[in-house]
Amino acid sequence: MTAPVTSPVTTQATAPTRSRLDPLPEHSADNPLSVHALTVAYHRKPVLWSIDFNAPPGSLTAVVGPNGAGKSTLIKACLGLLPKATGIVEFWGRPLRKVRDRIAYVPQRESVDWEFPVSALDVVAMGRYRKIGWCLPVSKKHKQAARDALAQVGMADLAGRQIAQLSGGQQQRVFLARALTQHADLYFMDEPFAGVDAATERTIVELLKDLRDQGKTVVCVHHDLTTVRSYFDRCLLLNTRVIAQGPVEDAFTDENIRRTYAGKLTLLSEAAQMVGPASSRSS
Amino acid sequence: MTFLTLDLAPLLAATLAACACALVGNYLVLRRQSLMGDAISHAVLPGIAAAFILTASREPIPMLLGAAAAGLVTVALTSLIQSLGKVDRGAAMGVTFTTLFALGVVLIQHIPRTIDLDADCVLHGNLEALLWFPPDNITLASLATLPRQVHTLAFVMLGTIAFTAVFYKELRLTSFDPALAGALGFRPGLVNTLLMTLAAAAVVASFEAVGSILVIAMLICPPAAARMLTNRLGTQILLSQAIAIATAVGGYFAATQLPPLFVPDLTLNAAGMIATVSGIFVLAAAIVARIKDRPKPNPPSPAPSPAH
Repeated sequence: MTAPVTSPVTTQATAPTRSRLDPLPEHSADNPLSVHALTVAYHRKPVLWSIDFNAPPGSLTAVVGPNGAGKSTLIKACLGLLPKATGIVEFWGRPLRKVRDRIAYVPQRESVDWEFPVSALDVVAMGRYRKIGWCLPVSKKHKQAARDALAQVGMADLAGRQIAQLSGGQQQRVFLARALTQHADLYFMDEPFAGVDAATERTIVELLKDLRDQGKTVVCVHHDLTTVRSYFDRCLLLNTRVIAQGPVEDAFTDENIRRTYAGKLTLLSEAAQMVGPASSRSS
Repeated sequence: MTFLTLDLAPLLAATLAACACALVGNYLVLRRQSLMGDAISHAVLPGIAAAFILTASREPIPMLLGAAAAGLVTVALTSLIQSLGKVDRGAAMGVTFTTLFALGVVLIQHIPRTIDLDADCVLHGNLEALLWFPPDNITLASLATLPRQVHTLAFVMLGTIAFTAVFYKELRLTSFDPALAGALGFRPGLVNTLLMTLAAAAVVASFEAVGSILVIAMLICPPAAARMLTNRLGTQILLSQAIAIATAVGGYFAATQLPPLFVPDLTLNAAGMIATVSGIFVLAAAIVARIKDRPKPNPPSPAPSPAH
C-alpha cells in the first residue's frame, strides 16, 4: 500500500523559455515519470507547449482535456513515438532506452485493425515480445504468462477467439491483459474506458486500483469527467499547455475544468503570452 | 523432352515468382498497403531501364541497384511535390509513380536493338521465352544450366522465406500495432523499410518473367484470397502459398494447353492467364467466405459502438 501522494497544485501559463541548462526539479529520480518543458509540434503548430508534469510512484493519474488538447500526444511523446521539439522526459531519472522493460503502453482501441488474423492469446503474447527478444519464437512459458494475464481480466475461455469476434469491452480487456503481462512498473493507457460495457469498466477500475496498491504507477488518458474523482487520485488538466495538476481534490476544481475546456480562455492566455511573460497568470 | 525444354523453366519461374510475391504480399494486404506493390512495380521501371542501358546486360545486381535508385528518386520527388504543391501525400505519390512509369516506358523504347529488351517483355513478361536444353543424363547438378531468371527467382524466394520466418514475430507485431512495437523498442520503421525492400526485390526479380503490371496480381491476389478463408496468420500464409502455386501452374497450363484443344496452334500469354486465374481464385474465395459466414447458429455478441 502506498499512501496517497500529496503535492502542491501547480498551475502554469508561463512562456516556454526554460532552457536545457535549468536544474531539474528535486527528487526526479524517485518519480516514475517526470516531464520537463516538453513541446511537441505538428507541421510547426504546437500540440503541446512547455509541459511540466510528474507522476509520483504508486499514483493513478487521469490526463483530462478536450479533443485535440494533446493528451494522446503527451503519452506518445513520452514513449518516443513522436519527436519532441524540445524538452526532457525521464523515467526514474533515466532516459527511456534504459527503462523500456519497466514501461507498458495500452494504445487507443481504435488505433489497430481488429480484423487482423490473430487470436486474443496472440495479441496478449505481444506484451511478452520484449522479454523474448528479436527473432525468437514465443515459447510455452511466455504463452502461459499470456494465458495468466487473460485470466486476470476474466477472459481465460476466450484465448483462442479471433479478435474481430470479441466485443468492444473484451477487446479492451485483451489490450489490458497485454500490458499486464509485461509486468511493468509504469503504465500508460490511452482511453481504456472508451466504448466499454459496465462490467468491463468495473474490471478495469479494479485492475487500476490493484496496480496502484502494488506500488505501480498509471497515467491514463480519460474522457469521462464524472468518474475522474472516483477512479483516480491525481489528475493533469491539459489543453496544449498544463492548466493544472495535482491530487484530484485540489486540481480537479470547477474553475480549472472550465479553464481547460473553454477555448476562448486558451486564446486569451496565448494573447497574454505574446504581450510578454510579465502578464503570465497564476492561481 | 519437350516438357523439359519448353515448359519446365517457365513453370519454375512462374511458381517461384508467385510464391515470393505472395509471401511478401501477405503483409502488404494486412497493412492495407496493397497499392504499395502497384507503386513499387511502376516506380522502379525507369531505374531498371537505366540499368539495362548503362550495363547493357540483364544481370540481377545492376537491376536491383537501378530499382533502389528509382525508389530513392520516388521518395524525394513525392516529398518535393507534397511540400511545393501543398497537396496530400497520396496525390503526390500518384503523380510521381505514373510519371516515373511513363519515363521508364520511353526509356525502354529508346534502348538500342542490341540489347534484348522491349516494352512488351517488360509489360507482359516473357515466360514462354525461357527455354532449357538439359543435358542427356539429368542430375541435380544439371539444374545449374536452367535459365538465369530461374536462379534469380529461386534466390529471392529463399530470401523471402528466410526473412518472413526469422522476423515472423516482429512482422506480426509491427503490422498489427506499430505504436506498441515502437514502445517495446521493436523499430517499426526499420521493419517496414526491410519489408518494402523485400517487396521491391520480389517485384524486380519477377519482372522479366511476368511483367511489371501482372506482378501486382501475384503480390495481392493469393494473399487476398487466403485472407478471406482463414482467421489465422500462419494458416493464411500457407494458404497463400498453395494458391500461388495453383495459380502459376494452373494459369500456365490454361494458357499453353487449353487453347490448342479448340483452335490448333493457338496459345495465350501465360502471364496474362496466370493473372486471370489469380482473379478467379479471389472471386472463388470471396464466394466461399460468404457461404461459410452465412449460417450462424451462434452469432458473436455484437460489439457495442464506441461512445465518444
